[in-house]
Amino acid sequence: MPTFNLNINTTMHTVEADADTPLLWVLRDVIDLVGTKFGCGIGQCGACTIHVDGNATRSCLLQVGQAEGLAITTIEGLSKEGDHPVQQAWKSIDVPQCGYCQSGQIMTAAAFLKQNPNPSTEAIRNAMHGNICRCASYNSIEAAVKVASKTSHESHNA
Amino acid sequence: MATGKHIAFSRRSFLKTSALASGGVLIGFNLFQACSSKAKMPVDLSQLNFNDFNAFIKISDEGKVTIFSPNPEIGQGVKTAMPMLIAEELDVAWEDVYVEQAKLDTEAYTRQVAGGSQSIRQSWQPLRETGAAAKQMLVNAAAAQWGVAPTTCTVKAGVISNAKGDTLGYGDVVKAAALLEVPETISLKAPKDFTIIGKAKGNVDIDKIITGQPLFGLDYKAEGMAYACVLRAPAFGQQLVAFDDTEAKAVSGVTAVLRFGDKIAVVAQNTWAAMKGKKALKAEWKQKSKAESTADHDKKLMALLEGDNFKIRRNDGNVKNAFAKADKVIERVYEAPFLPHNCMEPMNFYADVTPEKVHLVGPIQTPEGTARGIAKLLNRDSADIDLQMTRMGGGFGRRLRGDFVFEAAQISNLAKQPIKLVYTREDDMTAGVYRPSTKYKIAAAIRNGKITGYTLKEACVNGNMYGLIPNFFPAGAIENYQVASAQIKSNISTGAWRAPYTNFLASAEQSFFDELAEHLGIDRVQLHMDLLDNAKKNPNPKIKYSPERLQGVLQLAVEKSGWGNSSPGVYQGVSVYYCHNTHVAEVADVVMENGVPVVKNVTCAVDCGIVVNPLGAMNQIKGGILDGIGHAMYSDFGFKDGVPTASNFSTYQLIRMGQTPNVDVHFIESDLDPTGLGEPTLPPIGAAVANAIYKATGQRLTKQPYLHNMNLDTRVVG
Repeated sequence: MPTFNLNINTTMHTVEADADTPLLWVLRDVIDLVGTKFGCGIGQCGACTIHVDGNATRSCLLQVGQAEGLAITTIEGLSKEGDHPVQQAWKSIDVPQCGYCQSGQIMTAAAFLKQNPNPSTEAIRNAMHGNICRCASYNSIEAAVKVASKTSHESHNA
Repeated sequence: MATGKHIAFSRRSFLKTSALASGGVLIGFNLFQACSSKAKMPVDLSQLNFNDFNAFIKISDEGKVTIFSPNPEIGQGVKTAMPMLIAEELDVAWEDVYVEQAKLDTEAYTRQVAGGSQSIRQSWQPLRETGAAAKQMLVNAAAAQWGVAPTTCTVKAGVISNAKGDTLGYGDVVKAAALLEVPETISLKAPKDFTIIGKAKGNVDIDKIITGQPLFGLDYKAEGMAYACVLRAPAFGQQLVAFDDTEAKAVSGVTAVLRFGDKIAVVAQNTWAAMKGKKALKAEWKQKSKAESTADHDKKLMALLEGDNFKIRRNDGNVKNAFAKADKVIERVYEAPFLPHNCMEPMNFYADVTPEKVHLVGPIQTPEGTARGIAKLLNRDSADIDLQMTRMGGGFGRRLRGDFVFEAAQISNLAKQPIKLVYTREDDMTAGVYRPSTKYKIAAAIRNGKITGYTLKEACVNGNMYGLIPNFFPAGAIENYQVASAQIKSNISTGAWRAPYTNFLASAEQSFFDELAEHLGIDRVQLHMDLLDNAKKNPNPKIKYSPERLQGVLQLAVEKSGWGNSSPGVYQGVSVYYCHNTHVAEVADVVMENGVPVVKNVTCAVDCGIVVNPLGAMNQIKGGILDGIGHAMYSDFGFKDGVPTASNFSTYQLIRMGQTPNVDVHFIESDLDPTGLGEPTLPPIGAAVANAIYKATGQRLTKQPYLHNMNLDTRVVG
């Protein structure tokens, strides 16, 4: 089996896998980073969202053979202490119900706020439209992205 | 103690204690029955005996409290709310409470099931009494040490004080308390003295969820575990004739291909190899029973509704007479499709079947029944079965059925190694246990401007409304009333789906009353208030709902939604319903955007008695409403020659952020015992939306999903 050198959460990992293996399964089965979730396998639900060079990316559609040389961030590496403004906003609003889709939601929101720190409600709703929450915690997700946008500003201005 | 009312502790025999070898006291209890006299309490936490107890409270020497929460967590919040009930009466600071998911056992009868919105309702009294009994023992221990009467002591946040002002922490007296008898009297707090119940408490797993720590079944791993995917018949009613696994076995990482019954398992070193191996299988199938299509079901159900072959579920007065004498008869048929559950975490389970033990780990809503079934399937002693629950990525009724646990156990048994069975999304959606397709025919007899008769016929695939549903509204409100049901049999697997039967029944019924109000020329809300007044006056109604509480929520929803005063271009629809012991009224605000109806806002009034955890309650209420809108408006599912018409989110639509209205929630203030919230806000919303769309478009919607079954070009202007 071929080996690949992956930069995940700023640590280099050498993994053995078939080149067509979606990065999702390498993260989960090989590197033991199970925060990235499997939901649909076809890029429709967003549960497997990670950051690739800072952009929100579906890890079920990215093959490990294409992932060398990319800076990959998973939910486990979003912050050291779970204290990214988006994570903290999720906690303060108490967004999760079953919680399964939430790492994908958080990763989508974090990448979006980096590119659009001061979004309108409409922009938030568009940005989060690709992530399904079967428990339908959407009102809380919308509120939490607004809180995160505000707290990121405050910490920048402090 | 000062505020509580002393009562005899009737559940003394439900509870036992022991001193832990590692320090602290352990309190084991059985929520619903006396513990067996033989039941031994462990002195070591690794030996928790769930045969005789279904939950434990540990109080450490430092006064920290760990509650082993008994009920499965599927996102409904019981892992937070149930410990809140114990902590309230135990009188400890919530910050000092840790919650762990309890393992489960198969022997003792308990209600260790997540379903029917029952967890909180049924455990309300026993969990509080358990907390109060534990507190009493700690107080008794402190009082004995001081040589004072326990009644002179008070407790605040885990600290006991006597009249002189001396204090002892719970941790200081746990050793002594462990040696005491279970108390004969306890005191429960009055609702006004609650410090934890009724206060918003965050999800106890929040830190793990937001940092992606392993929690769910799919995240569970064990030494030497392989992964398995299963190929099942592509159509219902088929059996496996033969298969060729040459290419599957050539996939790198695939270690075995195993047939069990009409299914083929591919076992591999990782999930991707198992999925690839499954795709590479070549199988030949044969139709064993009829390949059914939605068109056949529709035809048969309609024919059933036209006939007389119904079982009468409730009959009041004389409907025949009422319809014969009517000035006018209104009749409508309402239709709903099959629905898959689509939990975000696809079905999966870990199984390790060895000659010594059957070890099972994963997400399941019915652990006891499933474990019993596995013992039978594998012909094992039930003591061999060890089933451990994980947090669940949604349930919605799907994980009440243990079919995937059975598959996992069979595969491990054949492979002779621990395996994790993983469903792909396609497996999950096409090997479902679906909400059955249902049709209702509702008719009303009108005479002299009054509703004098009401009949509802249910035609359903494989199942019918259960229990007390025929005693829901409008039973007792209309003099001549009849509910009847009939079914057709199908080879498609069907089962419970969030708020079984009422999930569509409410849509049908509450749309029908909207239409009736129009025919009668009465305001919709007034009609409902009048009917509920009838129910109040009815001397022998045998009804399940409270007319007063339904009127209360309807009044509150009307006030908060600005009913009758909506802005131009905003169309409102209302719906009011009782199910799962909770009374709910909802008003939907719909606007037309580019000729398509969009729900912009929902006002919801809920009477669920005491609200245990407002934050969790709010999540359940909003989630139920949005889930209800999604499935009423957008989600479609059926069969063509036995094959499901959708298999992933590219062909099956779940509600997404862009379709989501804001939901305003208002509670009726109440001191009554709490009732469930996981289901009851879902059923009414379909009709609130349909009734609003009627105002916007002039179209009466009778078939779900509404957006697929309406004419989007005939809009009423203004």
